[in-house]
Amino acid sequence: MDQDVTITVIDREGKSHELIAPTDMAMNLMEVCKAYELPVEGTCGGMAMCASCQCYLESEHDLPEKSDDEEAMLSEAFHVKENSRLGCQIHMSKALEGLTVELAPE
Amino acid sequence: MVKTDIIIIGAGPTGLFAVFQAGLLKLRCHLIDSLPIPGGQCSEIYPKKPIYDIPSQPEILAGDLVDNLMKQIRPFQPGFTLGECAQTIEKNSSGDFIVTTNKGTKHHAPIVAIAGGLGTFEPRKPNLVNLEKFENYGVDYMIKDPEKYNNKKVIIAGGGDSALDWTIFLANIAKEVTLIHRRDEFRGALDSVEKVQKLKDDNKVKLITPVEVTELHGQDFLESIVVSNGGMIKTITTDYFIPLFGLTPKLGPIAGWGLEIEKNAIKVNNSLDYQTNIPGIYAIGDVNTYPGKLKLILCGFHEATLMCQSAFQMIYPDKKNILKYTTVSGVSGFDGSRKEAKKSTIKAIK
Repeated sequence: MDQDVTITVIDREGKSHELIAPTDMAMNLMEVCKAYELPVEGTCGGMAMCASCQCYLESEHDLPEKSDDEEAMLSEAFHVKENSRLGCQIHMSKALEGLTVELAPE
Repeated sequence: MVKTDIIIIGAGPTGLFAVFQAGLLKLRCHLIDSLPIPGGQCSEIYPKKPIYDIPSQPEILAGDLVDNLMKQIRPFQPGFTLGECAQTIEKNSSGDFIVTTNKGTKHHAPIVAIAGGLGTFEPRKPNLVNLEKFENYGVDYMIKDPEKYNNKKVIIAGGGDSALDWTIFLANIAKEVTLIHRRDEFRGALDSVEKVQKLKDDNKVKLITPVEVTELHGQDFLESIVVSNGGMIKTITTDYFIPLFGLTPKLGPIAGWGLEIEKNAIKVNNSLDYQTNIPGIYAIGDVNTYPGKLKLILCGFHEATLMCQSAFQMIYPDKKNILKYTTVSGVSGFDGSRKEAKKSTIKAIK
């Protein structure tokens, strides 16, 4: 469908999953992963308070800047790299077509 | 031994509301929770965040929801075993359950309702070699007895409220408090950040940022830690290292109770009463799963209500029970309190 984007999520075993995500359902990346039953916990429900949806941005997409909440959570999380993001803070939009992320270790 | 009608494991909103529904049926409850306060995630993760999907509450803070539930169940005098984790379950000769916590507290009841949410909150541990070796030998994840740090050197790591709060608290007790964090910025109540700033300015605490802990050293007991920020590497001697990186939920010991588990949740019969594969053990709220399950507080309330009706019939198989409306029947607490609707007055108008 027109409003869908295709993204790639690499799970913790290194397996790639191609996901078709709607951009008109106010979903974020954590929720898309959960909808496809990928092992993303989303413990806090998307409040940037648990980092269980941490992932590494592997494509060249220009994502919106991190909010203070996301920055603060990532400063406390483990396995954080330069390209770390919280899936719950990445909202599905047309600009994310072709996005590739890898799930961070639990 | 605590004796009750229903042992509720988990004192989050679902567990708390179950006390109310059980109370209407004259069943007594006792709650067990690993956290030191009731409220579960609402108290631990997001007390100051608003919830918008509680029926009749256009907006309510999670902490206020818990306060209201505690107020609502007060007439039913629930018991609490807080700060302890339900560890084992066994059946005694009369078929009742005995639930024992990690601290050995025993609870006895014919019914067990697991309202454990996402599980027991356990401290998030940094990934460091030797960390486990020094647990209880200089490495603590929770501060249970602040006096133990009296006149000791303490290093606290973390950037959130608990790191800030304990830095402030221990500044008056320990010989030396050092707060280390991966960044210069801290996420906490403004008041706490300002207090730590002042303690630092007054040389009452040391602040080392931005650094990460990379190594722990010592013989039997922790003696020093190594911190690094990429370039600089520094060894700091200390008596205690307290990493405060928040809590993460784990299903924990319940996973080994012989209950049917699917995707980290307990399978229940949702067409009837949310009972598990073990008769007498129910699972309600976020901890359970069934086709179409939604992890919502309001669904937990519904599940708690149905569970209590079923539990009543299980405890009293021969008693007839019929749903009563509180507006009609009122609420009679175990504490002798009585709430009821005002009777209408009948008076002629002349």
